[in-house]
Amino acid sequence: MSADAALAGRLAPPRHWRAWRDGLFGSPGNALITLACVVLLAWALPPLLRWAVLDAAWTGSADACRAAGGACWAFIGEKLRYILFGLYEPDRHWRPATALVLLLGFAVLAGLPRFWRPGMVPAGAAALGGAVLLLAGLPGGEPVPTDRWGGLPLTLLLAFAGMTGAFPLAVLLALGRRSGMGVVRLACVMVIEVLRGVPLIAVLYVATLLVPLMLPAGVSLDKLLRAQLAIILFVSAYMAEIVRAGLQAVPNGQYEAAKALGLGYWGTMRLVVLPQALRTVIPSLVTLGIGIFQDTTLIVVIGLFDVLNTARSSAADPQWIGFYDEAFGFAALLYLGFSVAASRYSLWLERRLTTTA
Amino acid sequence: MRAIVTNGARAAAAWWGDHAAAQLGLLAGTVLLFAVLGANTLENMERFGIRPGFEFLHRAANFEIGESLVAYTAGDTYGRALLVGLLNTVKVAVLGCVLATALGLALGIARLSGNLLLSGIVQVYVELIRSTPLLLQLFFWSATLHALPGPRQAFQPVAGVFLCNRGVFLPALRFDPLGWDIPQLAGFNFTGGATLTPEFAALLIGLAVNAAAGIAEIVRSGVQSVPAGQWEAARALGLPRRRILRLVVLPQALRVIVPLLTSSWLSLTKNSSLAVAIGFPDLVSVINTSANQTGQALETMAILAAAYLTLSLAVSVAMNAWNRRLARRGWP
Repeated sequence: MSADAALAGRLAPPRHWRAWRDGLFGSPGNALITLACVVLLAWALPPLLRWAVLDAAWTGSADACRAAGGACWAFIGEKLRYILFGLYEPDRHWRPATALVLLLGFAVLAGLPRFWRPGMVPAGAAALGGAVLLLAGLPGGEPVPTDRWGGLPLTLLLAFAGMTGAFPLAVLLALGRRSGMGVVRLACVMVIEVLRGVPLIAVLYVATLLVPLMLPAGVSLDKLLRAQLAIILFVSAYMAEIVRAGLQAVPNGQYEAAKALGLGYWGTMRLVVLPQALRTVIPSLVTLGIGIFQDTTLIVVIGLFDVLNTARSSAADPQWIGFYDEAFGFAALLYLGFSVAASRYSLWLERRLTTTA
Repeated sequence: MRAIVTNGARAAAAWWGDHAAAQLGLLAGTVLLFAVLGANTLENMERFGIRPGFEFLHRAANFEIGESLVAYTAGDTYGRALLVGLLNTVKVAVLGCVLATALGLALGIARLSGNLLLSGIVQVYVELIRSTPLLLQLFFWSATLHALPGPRQAFQPVAGVFLCNRGVFLPALRFDPLGWDIPQLAGFNFTGGATLTPEFAALLIGLAVNAAAGIAEIVRSGVQSVPAGQWEAARALGLPRRRILRLVVLPQALRVIVPLLTSSWLSLTKNSSLAVAIGFPDLVSVINTSANQTGQALETMAILAAAYLTLSLAVSVAMNAWNRRLARRGWP
């Protein structure tokens, strides 16, 4: 048995009661560790349970909540629409709601390998474009300025557009970094390393503070658009390194065979190399996507309202002031749900890709 | 001589590659783009009455900074303010890396333990931390530390350590005479000992707890990468378990762990920029205030990028050197 298999066997949950007994009470030392863990859990879990469920107030006013002593889930119920959609006009909430369904629906479809075909590219563009139009209040109706967009649709829009927008850029950067042309190679290395060397917040500040100064007088770019472009650029640097790893995994024989068939550089890349390279890095791309989904929260620092910021600011309402634990708990559950689903999906995909390859 | 010249020319040609004209075009296009953007910037700065250049660093910065390693008061120069921010960033990054590594090592070992309950608890911890945004975790720690009771009702988890809404108070080492300086409650606050402000403590705890989850996974994968045959061979030689770990397993595991540890320290350093969102005056926070007050966006952003690139480069160079040594000798 190889070491990996042995350790994987040890780390996987055992199926037999005897394995459980040995794993928990196999030796005196082991039993002591189990006891210590039980004491720790007995100390930590009951108060949490009491706060979150037993003493919690599910309905009622803020005063009733404070009297109950536990978590105030009534506050989340009261603020749910604000947390999900931010400052969007309440009587037009069907717009961000539809945008949300559109984005989520497309994400689910794009995740299924049976839909991986060229037609998905225009479909993805249509889904993103549709979501943007819906949020903008077009067509038909008063346009909604971007500073009123917020909540979960904004988070998903920034993450999806960030990933899809970065993809072509990342492929070009990765190809450029492996190119035989010195100037192209140098330019790509510099772009990738500088972006990877600075924090996302720095890139966002450049987009908000410096870019307006660099545009000719009279020309202005929307703040949300600038933030989105900053996220796309930032993501593309990390994605380029993932794509490069995929390119390196393609055997040299594939390049030579393509050349022998008379294919040029772009033909070789498009038809032979990239399909193989990208296939191997899909799980890493999903992991990157989870990270970017979480990193979109940083737009708080430039005053935009993603779902974390709406949750936080909902606890600053004078009527419901101070319910930060509930607000953060709710936001944490949202992110936890998305991230755990995505990482399970990534594991499933990895298994599927290795069995069909 | 001629050979050297031809060799040089050949190397240059190899570097340059094909399509020289197109590449020259690309180069010229990039230079032109930056020239246009630069000209726009200068024009806009003149319109707003901002003088380009780093001369503003000598002007007085009229804002307070919450905490500082060097003396600073409002009215000192912008240059000094940026230095305060940089030192704060370095302070939180260094302490954060040390704490995260210690915690991550402990968690990684716990994850590898034969005890199912302990290993399961660590697994849940890692999953929970990795599935929520760091900023959310920092908001949580910040809210928790600010919601602690006042100094008179301070928690005392260990003798001499006090937790309250004014921050964390720790015993400090005193040199003259040698001994411990224990914080004492005096009036409405503690005096003596070492003080961590609530903002700094929240950032430090948040960064360390977050990075430790990643480091635990790195330690686990490193130890798992050592083949079982190595354990068996060492046992066949009659080595006790402790010496097997020290002499056989860890040296091989470290070759996997160290490069990954580097990138985890680098991301902790970059993540310390989230300080700006919870009110700790790190470099990004001071840069943001300075840029808003002076309008010198170009200069301040250049300083910001240069500072982070230098920090990243310094950490990678040091860790690469250590890694080479490790690959050669097998033991730090």
